[in-house]
Amino acid sequence: MDLKGFGAQIATGAGLTLLVAALSLVIGLAIGGLGAAAKLSGSRPLRVIADAYTTLMRGVPELLILLLLYFGGTVLLTWVAGEYVEVNGLGAGLFALSLLCGAYTTEVLRAAIQSVPRGQLEAARALGLRQAHVVRLVMLPQVWRLALPGLGNTWLVLLKDTSLISVVGLEELMRKSAIAAGATHQPFTFYAVAAGVYLLFTTVSVLGISALERRARRGLARA
Amino acid sequence: MDWQLMLDSLPRFLAGAWLSLKLIGISLVAGAVLSLPIAFARASRRRVLWMPAFAYTFCFRGTPLLVQLYLIYYGAGQFAWVHDSWLWPLLRQPFGCAVIAFAINTAAYQAEILRGGIMAVPVGEVEAARALGMSEWLILRKIVLPQALRLTLPAYGNEIILVVKSSSLASTITLLDITGVARSIVAESFAVYEAFLDAGAVYLILTFLITRAVGAAEGRLMRHLQREDLAKVPSLVPLGS
Repeated sequence: MDLKGFGAQIATGAGLTLLVAALSLVIGLAIGGLGAAAKLSGSRPLRVIADAYTTLMRGVPELLILLLLYFGGTVLLTWVAGEYVEVNGLGAGLFALSLLCGAYTTEVLRAAIQSVPRGQLEAARALGLRQAHVVRLVMLPQVWRLALPGLGNTWLVLLKDTSLISVVGLEELMRKSAIAAGATHQPFTFYAVAAGVYLLFTTVSVLGISALERRARRGLARA
Repeated sequence: MDWQLMLDSLPRFLAGAWLSLKLIGISLVAGAVLSLPIAFARASRRRVLWMPAFAYTFCFRGTPLLVQLYLIYYGAGQFAWVHDSWLWPLLRQPFGCAVIAFAINTAAYQAEILRGGIMAVPVGEVEAARALGMSEWLILRKIVLPQALRLTLPAYGNEIILVVKSSSLASTITLLDITGVARSIVAESFAVYEAFLDAGAVYLILTFLITRAVGAAEGRLMRHLQREDLAKVPSLVPLGS
Protein backbone atom coordinates (compact mmCIF):
# COMPACT_ATOMS: atom_id res chain seq x y z
CA MET A 1 0.00 0.00 0.00
CA ASP A 2 1.23 3.50 -0.81
CA LEU A 3 1.29 5.63 2.33
CA LYS A 4 2.78 8.68 0.53
CA GLY A 5 5.60 8.94 3.06
CA PHE A 6 3.26 9.11 6.06
CA GLY A 7 4.22 5.64 7.29
CA ALA A 8 6.74 6.87 9.86
CA GLN A 9 4.32 9.50 11.17
CA ILE A 10 1.59 6.92 11.63
CA ALA A 11 4.02 4.54 13.37
CA THR A 12 4.98 7.35 15.81
CA GLY A 13 1.29 7.99 16.44
CA ALA A 14 0.65 4.31 17.06
CA GLY A 15 3.49 4.28 19.59
CA LEU A 16 1.98 7.24 21.42
CA THR A 17 -1.42 5.50 21.43
CA LEU A 18 0.09 2.46 23.14
CA LEU A 19 2.02 4.62 25.60
CA VAL A 20 -1.05 6.65 26.62
CA ALA A 21 -3.15 3.51 27.00
CA ALA A 22 -0.48 1.75 29.08
CA LEU A 23 0.11 4.74 31.37
CA SER A 24 -3.64 5.19 31.88
CA LEU A 25 -3.97 1.51 32.75
CA VAL A 26 -1.24 1.74 35.40
CA ILE A 27 -2.65 4.92 36.98
CA GLY A 28 -6.20 3.61 36.58
CA LEU A 29 -5.30 0.35 38.37
CA ALA A 30 -3.92 2.34 41.29
CA ILE A 31 -7.12 4.42 41.44
CA GLY A 32 -9.16 1.23 41.06
CA GLY A 33 -7.38 -0.40 43.99
CA LEU A 34 -8.13 2.60 46.18
CA GLY A 35 -11.70 2.77 44.89
CA ALA A 36 -12.36 -0.90 45.60
CA ALA A 37 -10.87 -0.52 49.09
CA ALA A 38 -13.12 2.50 49.67
CA LYS A 39 -16.22 0.64 48.44
CA LEU A 40 -15.53 -2.32 50.71
CA SER A 41 -14.48 -0.22 53.70
CA GLY A 42 -16.60 0.27 56.78
CA SER A 43 -16.55 4.02 56.36
CA ARG A 44 -19.78 5.43 54.97
CA PRO A 45 -18.35 8.71 53.57
CA LEU A 46 -15.66 6.75 51.68
CA ARG A 47 -18.28 4.43 50.21
CA VAL A 48 -20.48 7.36 49.15
CA ILE A 49 -17.54 9.12 47.47
CA ALA A 50 -16.48 5.95 45.63
CA ASP A 51 -20.07 5.28 44.51
CA ALA A 52 -20.49 8.84 43.25
CA TYR A 53 -17.19 8.58 41.36
CA THR A 54 -18.03 5.33 39.56
CA THR A 55 -21.62 6.40 38.81
CA LEU A 56 -20.51 9.72 37.30
CA MET A 57 -17.70 8.20 35.27
CA ARG A 58 -19.85 5.43 33.87
CA GLY A 59 -22.94 7.55 33.23
CA VAL A 60 -21.31 10.38 31.28
CA PRO A 61 -19.76 10.03 27.80
CA GLU A 62 -15.98 9.60 27.74
CA LEU A 63 -15.69 12.41 25.20
CA LEU A 64 -17.49 14.85 27.52
CA ILE A 65 -15.17 14.00 30.42
CA LEU A 66 -12.18 14.55 28.18
CA LEU A 67 -13.48 17.90 26.91
CA LEU A 68 -14.33 19.02 30.44
CA LEU A 69 -10.82 18.21 31.66
CA TYR A 70 -9.18 19.77 28.61
CA PHE A 71 -11.03 23.09 28.59
CA GLY A 72 -11.91 23.08 32.28
CA GLY A 73 -8.33 22.27 33.25
CA THR A 74 -7.07 25.30 31.38
CA VAL A 75 -9.62 27.56 33.06
CA LEU A 76 -8.89 26.12 36.50
CA LEU A 77 -5.10 26.22 36.21
CA THR A 78 -5.20 29.74 34.81
CA TRP A 79 -7.32 30.82 37.77
CA VAL A 80 -5.04 29.08 40.27
CA ALA A 81 -1.79 30.32 38.72
CA GLY A 82 -3.03 33.82 38.01
CA GLU A 83 -1.70 33.69 34.45
CA TYR A 84 -2.67 31.82 31.30
CA VAL A 85 -1.78 28.15 31.59
CA GLU A 86 -2.87 25.78 28.85
CA VAL A 87 -3.51 22.13 29.49
CA ASN A 88 -2.23 20.09 26.56
CA GLY A 89 -3.96 17.17 24.93
CA LEU A 90 -1.59 14.65 26.49
CA GLY A 91 -2.21 15.85 30.05
CA ALA A 92 -5.97 16.06 29.68
CA GLY A 93 -6.10 12.75 27.81
CA LEU A 94 -4.03 10.87 30.37
CA PHE A 95 -6.03 12.36 33.21
CA ALA A 96 -9.40 11.54 31.61
CA LEU A 97 -8.47 7.99 30.61
CA SER A 98 -6.93 7.25 34.01
CA LEU A 99 -10.09 8.43 35.76
CA LEU A 100 -12.23 6.33 33.42
CA CYS A 101 -10.04 3.27 33.79
CA GLY A 102 -10.06 3.83 37.56
CA ALA A 103 -13.85 3.75 37.64
CA TYR A 104 -14.04 0.51 35.66
CA THR A 105 -11.29 -1.24 37.60
CA THR A 106 -12.87 -0.15 40.90
CA GLU A 107 -15.91 -2.26 40.01
CA VAL A 108 -13.87 -5.13 38.59
CA LEU A 109 -11.60 -5.35 41.64
CA ARG A 110 -14.47 -4.96 44.09
CA ALA A 111 -16.38 -7.81 42.48
CA ALA A 112 -13.24 -9.99 42.37
CA ILE A 113 -12.40 -9.37 46.03
CA GLN A 114 -15.96 -10.17 47.03
CA SER A 115 -15.89 -13.40 45.01
CA VAL A 116 -13.08 -14.95 47.03
CA PRO A 117 -14.88 -17.37 49.38
CA ARG A 118 -14.81 -16.13 52.96
CA GLY A 119 -14.19 -19.65 54.20
CA GLN A 120 -10.76 -19.63 52.58
CA LEU A 121 -9.74 -16.52 54.51
CA GLU A 122 -11.02 -18.04 57.72
CA ALA A 123 -9.17 -21.28 56.94
CA ALA A 124 -5.95 -19.36 56.27
CA ARG A 125 -6.33 -17.52 59.55
CA ALA A 126 -7.13 -20.74 61.38
CA LEU A 127 -3.88 -22.17 60.00
CA GLY A 128 -2.09 -19.31 61.70
CA LEU A 129 -1.13 -17.26 58.64
CA ARG A 130 -0.37 -13.63 59.34
CA GLN A 131 -2.62 -11.00 57.70
CA ALA A 132 0.10 -10.11 55.17
CA HIS A 133 0.42 -13.75 54.21
CA VAL A 134 -3.34 -14.20 53.89
CA VAL A 135 -3.44 -11.29 51.45
CA ARG A 136 -0.37 -12.30 49.45
CA LEU A 137 -0.83 -16.07 49.34
CA VAL A 138 -4.59 -16.55 49.46
CA MET A 139 -6.32 -13.34 48.37
CA LEU A 140 -4.15 -11.85 45.62
CA PRO A 141 -3.69 -14.92 43.36
CA GLN A 142 -7.45 -15.45 43.34
CA VAL A 143 -8.36 -11.78 42.94
CA TRP A 144 -5.97 -11.70 39.98
CA ARG A 145 -7.63 -14.74 38.37
CA LEU A 146 -11.16 -13.45 39.00
CA ALA A 147 -10.41 -9.89 37.90
CA LEU A 148 -8.48 -10.77 34.73
CA PRO A 149 -11.45 -10.99 32.32
CA GLY A 150 -12.74 -7.63 33.54
CA LEU A 151 -9.31 -6.04 33.49
CA GLY A 152 -8.67 -7.35 29.99
CA ASN A 153 -11.95 -5.88 28.88
CA THR A 154 -11.03 -2.54 30.46
CA TRP A 155 -7.73 -2.56 28.58
CA LEU A 156 -9.52 -3.11 25.25
CA VAL A 157 -11.96 -0.27 25.98
CA LEU A 158 -9.06 1.95 26.99
CA LEU A 159 -7.09 1.16 23.85
CA LYS A 160 -10.04 2.22 21.70
CA ASP A 161 -10.85 5.27 23.83
CA THR A 162 -7.38 6.71 23.21
CA SER A 163 -8.68 7.66 19.76
CA LEU A 164 -10.90 10.28 21.45
CA ILE A 165 -7.82 12.25 22.54
CA SER A 166 -7.25 13.13 18.88
CA VAL A 167 -10.27 15.46 19.28
CA VAL A 168 -8.23 17.68 21.64
CA GLY A 169 -5.19 17.59 19.40
CA LEU A 170 -2.89 14.90 20.76
CA GLU A 171 -0.96 13.51 17.79
CA GLU A 172 -1.65 9.84 18.39
CA LEU A 173 -2.60 7.29 15.77
CA MET A 174 -5.98 8.82 14.94
CA ARG A 175 -4.76 12.42 14.69
CA LYS A 176 -1.75 11.40 12.57
CA SER A 177 -4.09 9.53 10.22
CA ALA A 178 -6.36 12.57 10.01
CA ILE A 179 -3.38 14.76 9.10
CA ALA A 180 -2.31 12.30 6.42
CA ALA A 181 -5.90 12.03 5.18
CA GLY A 182 -6.14 15.80 4.85
CA ALA A 183 -2.78 16.20 3.12
CA THR A 184 -3.31 13.46 0.57
CA HIS A 185 -7.09 13.78 0.04
CA GLN A 186 -7.34 10.06 0.64
CA PRO A 187 -9.36 9.89 3.88
CA PHE A 188 -10.62 6.35 3.36
CA THR A 189 -7.13 4.95 2.81
CA PHE A 190 -5.63 6.51 5.91
CA TYR A 191 -8.54 5.88 8.27
CA ALA A 192 -8.55 2.28 7.03
CA VAL A 193 -4.84 2.07 7.90
CA ALA A 194 -5.62 3.43 11.38
CA ALA A 195 -8.43 0.89 11.76
CA GLY A 196 -6.02 -1.87 10.74
CA VAL A 197 -3.47 -0.79 13.34
CA TYR A 198 -6.14 -0.66 16.08
CA LEU A 199 -7.33 -4.11 15.01
CA LEU A 200 -3.78 -5.41 15.25
CA PHE A 201 -3.45 -3.97 18.78
CA THR A 202 -6.74 -5.46 19.95
CA THR A 203 -5.98 -8.85 18.36
CA VAL A 204 -2.59 -9.07 20.07
CA SER A 205 -4.23 -7.91 23.32
CA VAL A 206 -6.97 -10.53 23.14
CA LEU A 207 -4.38 -13.27 22.57
CA GLY A 208 -2.22 -11.95 25.41
CA ILE A 209 -5.16 -11.70 27.78
CA SER A 210 -6.32 -15.25 27.12
CA ALA A 211 -2.76 -16.52 27.66
CA LEU A 212 -2.68 -14.67 31.00
CA GLU A 213 -6.08 -16.10 31.90
CA ARG A 214 -4.93 -19.64 31.12
CA ARG A 215 -1.89 -19.09 33.31
CA ALA A 216 -3.94 -17.67 36.17
CA ARG A 217 -6.28 -20.68 36.02
CA ARG A 218 -3.51 -23.30 35.97
CA GLY A 219 -4.03 -24.51 39.54
CA LEU A 220 -7.76 -24.80 39.12
CA ALA A 221 -9.48 -28.14 38.61
CA ARG A 222 -11.36 -28.24 35.34
CA ALA A 223 -15.11 -28.62 35.75
CA MET B 1 -20.69 29.74 37.81
CA ASP B 2 -22.98 31.71 35.57
CA TRP B 3 -26.40 30.36 36.54
CA GLN B 4 -28.18 32.69 34.16
CA LEU B 5 -26.22 31.26 31.22
CA MET B 6 -26.98 27.71 32.35
CA LEU B 7 -30.67 28.56 32.48
CA ASP B 8 -30.64 30.43 29.17
CA SER B 9 -28.98 27.57 27.33
CA LEU B 10 -31.60 25.07 28.44
CA PRO B 11 -33.71 25.29 25.25
CA ARG B 12 -30.59 24.60 23.19
CA PHE B 13 -29.83 21.57 25.33
CA LEU B 14 -33.39 20.33 24.88
CA ALA B 15 -32.94 20.57 21.10
CA GLY B 16 -29.60 18.77 21.48
CA ALA B 17 -31.19 16.06 23.61
CA TRP B 18 -33.87 15.56 20.95
CA LEU B 19 -31.20 15.09 18.27
CA SER B 20 -29.27 12.71 20.54
CA LEU B 21 -32.43 10.70 21.22
CA LYS B 22 -33.18 10.43 17.51
CA LEU B 23 -29.63 9.23 16.84
CA ILE B 24 -29.76 6.74 19.71
CA GLY B 25 -33.24 5.44 18.89
CA ILE B 26 -32.72 4.93 15.16
CA SER B 27 -29.26 3.39 15.64
CA LEU B 28 -30.48 0.99 18.32
CA VAL B 29 -33.43 -0.24 16.26
CA ALA B 30 -31.44 -0.50 13.01
CA GLY B 31 -28.63 -2.21 14.92
CA ALA B 32 -31.05 -4.69 16.50
CA VAL B 33 -32.49 -5.63 13.09
CA LEU B 34 -29.01 -5.99 11.62
CA SER B 35 -27.80 -8.03 14.60
CA LEU B 36 -30.42 -10.78 14.15
CA PRO B 37 -28.97 -12.51 11.07
CA ILE B 38 -25.42 -11.92 12.37
CA ALA B 39 -26.20 -13.52 15.72
CA PHE B 40 -27.78 -16.61 14.12
CA ALA B 41 -24.92 -16.92 11.64
CA ARG B 42 -22.47 -16.61 14.53
CA ALA B 43 -24.25 -19.33 16.51
CA SER B 44 -24.32 -21.63 13.48
CA ARG B 45 -21.96 -24.58 13.14
CA ARG B 46 -21.47 -24.05 9.40
CA ARG B 47 -18.24 -22.35 8.45
CA VAL B 48 -19.66 -20.25 5.61
CA LEU B 49 -22.07 -18.74 8.12
CA TRP B 50 -20.10 -18.25 11.30
CA MET B 51 -16.83 -17.09 9.78
CA PRO B 52 -18.14 -13.93 8.07
CA ALA B 53 -20.25 -13.14 11.14
CA PHE B 54 -17.20 -13.56 13.34
CA ALA B 55 -15.15 -11.31 11.06
CA TYR B 56 -17.87 -8.65 11.24
CA THR B 57 -18.12 -8.59 15.03
CA PHE B 58 -14.35 -8.85 15.38
CA CYS B 59 -13.66 -5.87 13.11
CA PHE B 60 -16.34 -3.59 14.50
CA ARG B 61 -15.65 -4.38 18.13
CA GLY B 62 -11.88 -4.30 17.66
CA THR B 63 -11.63 -0.77 16.28
CA PRO B 64 -12.68 2.54 17.84
CA LEU B 65 -16.11 3.87 16.91
CA LEU B 66 -14.45 7.18 16.03
CA VAL B 67 -12.45 5.49 13.25
CA GLN B 68 -15.61 3.87 11.89
CA LEU B 69 -17.42 7.21 11.99
CA TYR B 70 -14.59 9.02 10.17
CA LEU B 71 -14.27 6.21 7.63
CA ILE B 72 -17.91 6.69 6.71
CA TYR B 73 -18.18 10.48 7.01
CA TYR B 74 -14.84 11.53 5.52
CA GLY B 75 -13.79 8.30 3.83
CA ALA B 76 -16.82 7.39 1.73
CA GLY B 77 -16.47 10.50 -0.43
CA GLN B 78 -13.04 9.38 -1.64
CA PHE B 79 -14.63 7.08 -4.22
CA ALA B 80 -16.47 8.49 -7.19
CA TRP B 81 -18.89 5.58 -7.44
CA VAL B 82 -20.19 6.34 -3.95
CA HIS B 83 -21.38 9.73 -5.20
CA ASP B 84 -23.60 7.99 -7.73
CA SER B 85 -24.96 5.33 -5.40
CA TRP B 86 -28.40 5.35 -3.78
CA LEU B 87 -26.74 5.72 -0.36
CA TRP B 88 -25.17 9.07 -1.23
CA PRO B 89 -28.07 11.22 0.05
CA LEU B 90 -27.47 9.57 3.44
CA LEU B 91 -23.68 9.67 3.29
CA ARG B 92 -23.62 13.31 2.21
CA GLN B 93 -24.92 14.65 5.50
CA PRO B 94 -23.55 14.05 8.99
CA PHE B 95 -26.79 12.71 10.52
CA GLY B 96 -27.00 9.84 8.04
CA CYS B 97 -23.32 9.00 8.55
CA ALA B 98 -23.67 9.02 12.33
CA VAL B 99 -26.71 6.73 12.20
CA ILE B 100 -24.96 4.30 9.82
CA ALA B 101 -21.79 4.21 11.94
CA PHE B 102 -23.63 3.80 15.24
CA ALA B 103 -25.99 1.17 13.82
CA ILE B 104 -23.32 -1.08 12.32
CA ASN B 105 -21.24 -0.69 15.47
CA THR B 106 -24.00 -1.55 17.94
CA ALA B 107 -25.13 -4.38 15.64
CA ALA B 108 -21.77 -6.07 16.26
CA TYR B 109 -22.14 -5.78 20.03
CA GLN B 110 -25.83 -6.73 20.00
CA ALA B 111 -25.11 -9.77 17.81
CA GLU B 112 -22.58 -10.98 20.36
CA ILE B 113 -25.09 -10.47 23.19
CA LEU B 114 -27.86 -12.24 21.30
CA ARG B 115 -25.58 -15.12 20.37
CA GLY B 116 -24.85 -15.63 24.07
CA GLY B 117 -28.60 -15.74 24.70
CA ILE B 118 -29.29 -18.13 21.82
CA MET B 119 -26.57 -20.51 23.00
CA ALA B 120 -27.98 -20.37 26.54
CA VAL B 121 -31.44 -21.61 25.52
CA PRO B 122 -31.58 -25.23 26.75
CA VAL B 123 -31.26 -27.72 23.86
CA GLY B 124 -33.99 -29.86 25.41
CA GLU B 125 -36.56 -27.13 24.89
CA VAL B 126 -35.75 -26.86 21.20
CA GLU B 127 -35.85 -30.65 20.86
CA ALA B 128 -39.18 -30.78 22.69
CA ALA B 129 -40.59 -28.14 20.34
CA ARG B 130 -39.34 -30.15 17.34
CA ALA B 131 -40.90 -33.30 18.78
CA LEU B 132 -44.20 -31.44 18.99
CA GLY B 133 -43.91 -30.80 15.25
CA MET B 134 -43.29 -27.06 15.41
CA SER B 135 -41.64 -25.56 12.34
CA GLU B 136 -38.14 -24.07 12.65
CA TRP B 137 -39.54 -20.58 12.19
CA LEU B 138 -42.15 -21.13 14.92
CA ILE B 139 -39.49 -22.52 17.27
CA LEU B 140 -37.35 -19.49 16.60
CA ARG B 141 -40.21 -17.09 17.21
CA LYS B 142 -41.87 -18.78 20.18
CA ILE B 143 -39.06 -20.62 21.98
CA VAL B 144 -35.57 -19.38 21.12
CA LEU B 145 -35.97 -15.61 20.73
CA PRO B 146 -38.19 -14.92 23.77
CA GLN B 147 -35.86 -16.93 25.99
CA ALA B 148 -32.71 -15.42 24.51
CA LEU B 149 -34.09 -11.90 25.00
CA ARG B 150 -35.05 -12.61 28.58
CA LEU B 151 -31.62 -14.02 29.39
CA THR B 152 -29.79 -11.14 27.79
CA LEU B 153 -31.87 -8.23 29.00
CA PRO B 154 -29.27 -6.95 31.50
CA ALA B 155 -26.62 -7.03 28.78
CA TYR B 156 -28.98 -5.19 26.42
CA GLY B 157 -29.51 -2.52 29.07
CA ASN B 158 -25.75 -2.10 29.26
CA GLU B 159 -25.49 -1.81 25.49
CA ILE B 160 -28.18 0.90 25.38
CA ILE B 161 -26.18 2.94 27.91
CA LEU B 162 -23.03 2.44 25.82
CA VAL B 163 -24.87 3.71 22.73
CA VAL B 164 -26.11 6.75 24.66
CA LYS B 165 -22.55 7.52 25.66
CA SER B 166 -21.04 6.91 22.25
CA SER B 167 -23.70 9.09 20.61
CA SER B 168 -21.59 12.01 21.90
CA LEU B 169 -19.13 11.25 19.09
CA ALA B 170 -21.71 12.76 16.71
CA SER B 171 -20.39 16.13 17.87
CA THR B 172 -17.07 15.40 16.13
CA ILE B 173 -18.79 15.45 12.73
CA THR B 174 -20.50 18.83 13.32
CA LEU B 175 -23.82 17.51 14.67
CA LEU B 176 -25.42 19.56 17.45
CA ASP B 177 -26.32 16.74 19.81
CA ILE B 178 -26.01 17.26 23.58
CA THR B 179 -22.22 17.33 23.45
CA GLY B 180 -22.28 19.38 20.26
CA VAL B 181 -24.44 22.05 21.92
CA ALA B 182 -22.05 22.16 24.87
CA ARG B 183 -19.07 22.53 22.55
CA SER B 184 -20.66 25.36 20.62
CA ILE B 185 -21.53 27.18 23.87
CA VAL B 186 -17.90 26.82 24.94
CA ALA B 187 -16.75 28.16 21.58
CA GLU B 188 -19.03 31.21 21.92
CA SER B 189 -18.62 32.16 25.57
CA PHE B 190 -15.88 29.94 26.97
CA ALA B 191 -18.29 29.10 29.79
CA VAL B 192 -16.58 25.71 30.10
CA TYR B 193 -18.01 24.44 33.36
CA GLU B 194 -21.55 25.68 32.76
CA ALA B 195 -21.75 24.05 29.34
CA PHE B 196 -20.13 20.70 30.10
CA LEU B 197 -21.77 20.25 33.50
CA ASP B 198 -25.16 20.99 31.91
CA ALA B 199 -24.45 18.39 29.24
CA GLY B 200 -23.20 15.89 31.80
CA ALA B 201 -26.40 16.33 33.80
CA VAL B 202 -28.53 15.65 30.70
CA TYR B 203 -26.60 12.43 30.02
CA LEU B 204 -26.88 11.34 33.65
CA ILE B 205 -30.64 11.86 33.56
CA LEU B 206 -30.83 9.84 30.33
CA THR B 207 -28.74 6.95 31.63
CA PHE B 208 -30.64 6.97 34.93
CA LEU B 209 -34.02 6.77 33.18
CA ILE B 210 -32.80 3.95 30.92
CA THR B 211 -31.39 2.00 33.85
CA ARG B 212 -34.74 2.28 35.63
CA ALA B 213 -36.72 1.30 32.54
CA VAL B 214 -34.53 -1.75 31.88
CA GLY B 215 -34.78 -2.73 35.53
CA ALA B 216 -38.58 -2.53 35.35
CA ALA B 217 -38.67 -4.55 32.12
CA GLU B 218 -36.42 -7.15 33.71
CA GLY B 219 -38.69 -7.42 36.73
CA ARG B 220 -41.67 -8.00 34.42
CA LEU B 221 -40.05 -10.57 32.15
CA MET B 222 -38.35 -12.47 34.96
CA ARG B 223 -41.40 -12.81 37.22
CA HIS B 224 -41.52 -16.56 36.80
CA LEU B 225 -37.79 -17.15 37.14
CA GLN B 226 -35.72 -17.53 40.23
CA ARG B 227 -32.52 -15.61 40.85
CA GLU B 228 -30.30 -18.68 40.25
CA ASP B 229 -31.38 -18.82 36.63
CA LEU B 230 -29.90 -15.39 36.03
CA ALA B 231 -26.50 -16.53 37.19
CA LYS B 232 -26.37 -19.00 34.30
CA VAL B 233 -26.24 -16.30 31.64
CA PRO B 234 -22.71 -16.38 30.23
CA SER B 235 -20.72 -13.25 30.88
CA LEU B 236 -20.97 -11.01 27.86
CA VAL B 237 -17.89 -8.89 27.77
CA PRO B 238 -17.04 -7.21 24.48
CA LEU B 239 -14.25 -9.03 22.66
CA GLY B 240 -12.40 -12.04 23.85
CA SER B 241 -11.94 -13.44 27.32
